[in-house]
Amino acid sequence: MASPKSLLEAENNWKTAMGLSFPGERVVIRGKDLFTDLKDMRWMELLLFGITGRYFSDEEIKLFEGIWVLCTSYPDPRVWNNRVASLAGTARSTATLALSGANALSEAELYGRKPDIRAYEFLVRCEKILKLEQLNLEEIVKQELNAHRAIPGYGRPIVNKDERINPLIDLLHKLNFENGIYLDLAFNIESALLTGRWRMKMNIAAPIAAIAADRGLSRNEFYNYMCLCFTGGMLPCFQDASDKMEGTFLPISCSKISYEGKNLRSW
Amino acid sequence: MTDKKEVIHTHIWHEESEDDNPFAAKRCYCSGYDVYGDLLGKISWFEYIFLLYTLEPPTPEQSRLLEGIAIILANPGPRDHSVRAAMLGGVGGSHGAASLIAALSVGAGQLGGAREVLLAMEYWQQCGCVLEKWVNIITTPPKPSRVDVWPEMEHTPGFDPHGASCPTPVKQSLNHLSTLSPKGNLSWLENNQTELEKHTDMPLALTGVIAAAFIDLDLLPAQGEMLYLLLRLPGAGAHALEQRDFGWRKYPFFRDGITLTDDPNTNPPS
Repeated sequence: MASPKSLLEAENNWKTAMGLSFPGERVVIRGKDLFTDLKDMRWMELLLFGITGRYFSDEEIKLFEGIWVLCTSYPDPRVWNNRVASLAGTARSTATLALSGANALSEAELYGRKPDIRAYEFLVRCEKILKLEQLNLEEIVKQELNAHRAIPGYGRPIVNKDERINPLIDLLHKLNFENGIYLDLAFNIESALLTGRWRMKMNIAAPIAAIAADRGLSRNEFYNYMCLCFTGGMLPCFQDASDKMEGTFLPISCSKISYEGKNLRSW
Repeated sequence: MTDKKEVIHTHIWHEESEDDNPFAAKRCYCSGYDVYGDLLGKISWFEYIFLLYTLEPPTPEQSRLLEGIAIILANPGPRDHSVRAAMLGGVGGSHGAASLIAALSVGAGQLGGAREVLLAMEYWQQCGCVLEKWVNIITTPPKPSRVDVWPEMEHTPGFDPHGASCPTPVKQSLNHLSTLSPKGNLSWLENNQTELEKHTDMPLALTGVIAAAFIDLDLLPAQGEMLYLLLRLPGAGAHALEQRDFGWRKYPFFRDGITLTDDPNTNPPS
């Protein structure tokens, strides 16, 4: 039978190598002193060090930061998570609460973290299958479409073309990261989809997942790295709605509720 | 200008606007009932909640079952992960919403949280009241068909991986709710609890009782998840407010409870 033994051992007893603060003295993060060893780090460098415990080159940090710039949520309040930030602004809530709600939405089925990690998992699985020569790329794509009717990282709900791909390719060229096992695979999958009858273009989830895998991030590390990426577009939406007259962000009148339920009745 | 074609589709809610303001409702109907002109003063909160989620009025038995669930869930108590999260908002002087967001974030999880209830309800959907199916699913748990942001389940949903035996409040809850079991799932659970615990090697947890109760109410797993999140908030809010008054000095800080295993000051790099 299960028992509370593990809880008894852990009561007031948490062992960690992640870090601790010594108030008034120092702060340790993953065995390094924040104010001596890590004080010159860029914020992205510190974020990735906290997630992975590893150091990355300057070029890699520029790449990871560049991905955050290109893949942030645009300041477009039509997008569902941003609209939460706008609604918080017009309802006169606070910026932190706006970000809490908007970020919570950002691991959705349609966008954000779920497609990200599914693209990562698909690329890694695809690469393994190809290595073992069990199936070719077209067969893998067919199999995936039969199973899920979608290829993670390919196609897009509103428009097929992803405007972030070309700027990302420019960034990769600039930083000399054009090639990688998974990045090459991501483009080969797109070619297979375009030469086949599927006409699905790559969306941004595939190349960024590929870049993360090529740079040695595990699936969970990639997920954690991307968690706050959308924040950049949310704050302008919140700010805009906060600056304008309260309650005026896209109000909905009673007639815009289309009732499709039971006829009027009495209790 | 609003796109004329864009509307909110709903089976739940209908409004008629005031004559002088299209943005103010004169009458609001929930599944056909006039909320402020008819329901108010006639129905209980639990009847209204049931109506909102199922679009039909509950039977008296369903209403009592939902009320029982709501009382059981209203306060998980100050040791519960989600309530602790809410109290941390209180002690630090965070907003009320921050405490509830914290409680929801933590209480959404797969150990004692809403996701565990959802998964346990999916087990109920697959197994019903057939012991053999339960034994199969416990010994060979289903794997998710796609990777997800949720981690893999580490124990049978609805059971306590740290429990020594089924706690008294869980037994009391099951005992009470099984007397209001419209579909018989709770009664079946009570009759088969020992056998199920033998196979899981873990005692039944409150999440398992609540999952069975939601199935008895004919709710879907996603509805059960949502109601579980919602119905546990009263206690989180009350404890957060109380700790705000006590202040951080009186709240556990675990000053000596953390051991840093790689402190550079005690483990200088070689």
